[in-house]
Amino acid sequence: MNRHTLFGGAYALAFFSFLFGPLVIMATTAFNSSRFPRVAPWECFTTGWFGELFGNARLMEGLMNSVIIGVGVVALAVPIGLAGALALSELPAKLRSMLYTVLILPILIPGVVLGISTIVLWGQITRGTGAGFLYNGYFLTIVGQITFVSAYAMLVFIARLQRFDATQTEAALDLGATPGQAFRKILLPFMAPAIGSAAFITLLASFENYNTTVFTVLSESTFTTALASKVRHGTDPSLSALAVIIITLTLVGALTNEAYQRRKEAESGGRASRSPLYANPVTRALTHPGIVFAILVTVIGGISYAGSQYDSSVCEAAVLQEKLDRQEELRAEQRARIEAQEAEQQSTLPKSNSAFGGAFGGLGGGTPAPEAPAAPKPESPSAFGGAFGGITAPKPEE
Amino acid sequence: MPDQTPDRSVLLDHVSIRFGNFTAVDNANLKINSGEFFSFLGPSGCGKTTMLRCISGFSEPTEGKVLIGGKDMAGVGPNKRPTALIFQHLALFPLMSVAENIAFPLEVRGVSKKERRKKADELLDMIALPGIGDKKVSELSGGQKQRVAIARALAVEPDILLLDEPLSALDLKLRQHMRTELRAIQKQVGVTFIYITHDQGEALTMSDRVAVMSRGVIEQVGEPDRIYNRPRSAFVASFVGENNALQGVIKGQSGDLAALETPMGTFEARVGGGRKYKAGDEALLFVRPEQLIPGASENAFPATLTRQEFEGATNHVFAKAGDTELRISMVNAGLAGSLPGQGESLSLGFQPMNATILPVGHMASES
Ligand SMILES: Nc1ncnc2c1ncn2[C@@H]1O[C@H](COP(=O)(O)OP(=O)(O)O)[C@@H](O)[C@H]1O
Ligand SMILES: [Mg+2]
Repeated sequence: MNRHTLFGGAYALAFFSFLFGPLVIMATTAFNSSRFPRVAPWECFTTGWFGELFGNARLMEGLMNSVIIGVGVVALAVPIGLAGALALSELPAKLRSMLYTVLILPILIPGVVLGISTIVLWGQITRGTGAGFLYNGYFLTIVGQITFVSAYAMLVFIARLQRFDATQTEAALDLGATPGQAFRKILLPFMAPAIGSAAFITLLASFENYNTTVFTVLSESTFTTALASKVRHGTDPSLSALAVIIITLTLVGALTNEAYQRRKEAESGGRASRSPLYANPVTRALTHPGIVFAILVTVIGGISYAGSQYDSSVCEAAVLQEKLDRQEELRAEQRARIEAQEAEQQSTLPKSNSAFGGAFGGLGGGTPAPEAPAAPKPESPSAFGGAFGGITAPKPEE
Repeated sequence: MPDQTPDRSVLLDHVSIRFGNFTAVDNANLKINSGEFFSFLGPSGCGKTTMLRCISGFSEPTEGKVLIGGKDMAGVGPNKRPTALIFQHLALFPLMSVAENIAFPLEVRGVSKKERRKKADELLDMIALPGIGDKKVSELSGGQKQRVAIARALAVEPDILLLDEPLSALDLKLRQHMRTELRAIQKQVGVTFIYITHDQGEALTMSDRVAVMSRGVIEQVGEPDRIYNRPRSAFVASFVGENNALQGVIKGQSGDLAALETPMGTFEARVGGGRKYKAGDEALLFVRPEQLIPGASENAFPATLTRQEFEGATNHVFAKAGDTELRISMVNAGLAGSLPGQGESLSLGFQPMNATILPVGHMASES
């Protein structure tokens, strides 16, 4: 029994570190002033990467585009998905399974194919009809994403519709409702939670999509495509700052939803009166999902404001000074040694280059660079770079 | 005055309903009178719901016509017919409160919110559930849901109320209570009730008239006592109430009475449905358990007691005569009376007028 719980605990720990370890590390690097995202060595606590993130014009423009495209996709994909699900539910079983496969197909087709075929198709259509103004990144991305995102929405609606009791609609008709009234007053309220989920899922799918969007967006960029091209040029901690923001938003959403679900369950199960949490008017008010959300937003807003006021420049200047000092020290050492060597060379026979290189490589802070120090010049840029890189970042471009 | 009451009759004019090759309702032809409590009684799958959906407008007859209040209903949708249907599982709207449910018919007719609430409260008073208007449907008990469904249907102010086995989900006590209640509501509102059930107890106790159905065919229409006492087919005789069936050959007929020769002897009994038989015709004789009387002199035959089931007021006694097992009901005579013991022989008999001779046909258990 005990060994079981021990093993279970260890397993759970390993499992959660595997799941959340990378996230925790990444979130931590967002607050380290080091130009390369890392936890150790810790240089300075900073909130500057958030500023850098918001200052990135290309990312911010992409974010705006993503929002516009996302809203367009949700507005079109949700009704299309709902209509598809309703149509399927009306069909005889045989026809239904056939049409289902057809409608699901866009999910199975690679996004790249969807993207390219969207450009090709709409290129022809717009050129053929003279509607050239439609041939732009926004329109193409919206229609391109809808091809498969509406299938996601449809799956959500199908799942919900399967639990719908069709006699509800019949009862409404029998009681005098027109088919339109029966749809609005009976079916639509029943579908409301699924409409919410579908809107959320389609928004996320649109937002995070890369494979299709990278083609259809043409010369524009969405947040995801801008991010991808930024990462291709090397990563920096402003991406970690982005991760922190996304994690925070997810947590706020999850906690609010949890508060909402628990309350609903307690109320429907009649436990509301028995649970002390819901019986006490103060705690009852505090656990209201709206209040939970407000508290979280206030706390995060406060932290963000405090963070924006935080100034790490003194610490950073100190670190920079330290680096420069170290650099100067190294240079001085180097110079001293070269001088000593030159003196030695003049007095004795010249020594082999390899011995020189080995000694120099040791200075570089463990970066084995057998080739670099081959140049005997004291101010050689490669030697300087190797030494400097060891202290700051192994990224030659940064 | 009489021309002010609307015509609330339903006429089924040679109605047949088919699904592909399968005939669910076969040539139904009958008139349900204005203000009547009319039941369709039959085993599960005999076409009762199909018939009801056809009257309420969810399906059209394949052949024949449905007339409500004298008007042909062909092409008139369920929301345009003066009918209201209470579904087998009620189909209350779970996302609405009780009052919103009841007022739904008014809402879709554009009645104002205040007016709707007033009407809902009136109807709640009528079904003896005042003050529950703001509850959720899920908070109601089975019997309350039942009554709310009735109130909602009555809010339509229908001429015809159609009920599809509405009591089948309730427990026995509540079911019996609701029978009385339904009958009282029907008397109060004067609406024609068309009631569907597979429970003969419900049909016989509540109805003005009953139609017994089997395999899509209406076998007999009549008042409950006539259905019970004067069955016109082997199916009705075996489905409504308990019955003993003896098969035999007709020896002769004189007027209402005929003689049937069976392995247990030759018996005289009333001819069902005014039919005429020739000597040698195969026929069935039905005699009810309560009509088999020990020691009776007419139609007497010997039998042996096999077992008894005690049920309080009546006891069910089983006896064997030849190869035939017979069921006998005996009133409990208390301590003063005495019941024959197991294995005892006794003489049974019945009055010719209390047994029915019917042509051979399918019986309830084979349906
Ligand atoms: N839409 C339909 N398609 C095919 N067969 C049906 C349909 N509706 C009912 N049936 C068949 O008609 C018969 C009568 O059904 P129903 O009227 O529901 O019986 P009841 O209500 O008496 O139990 C059943 O055998 C059923 O399978
Ligand atoms: Mg039925």
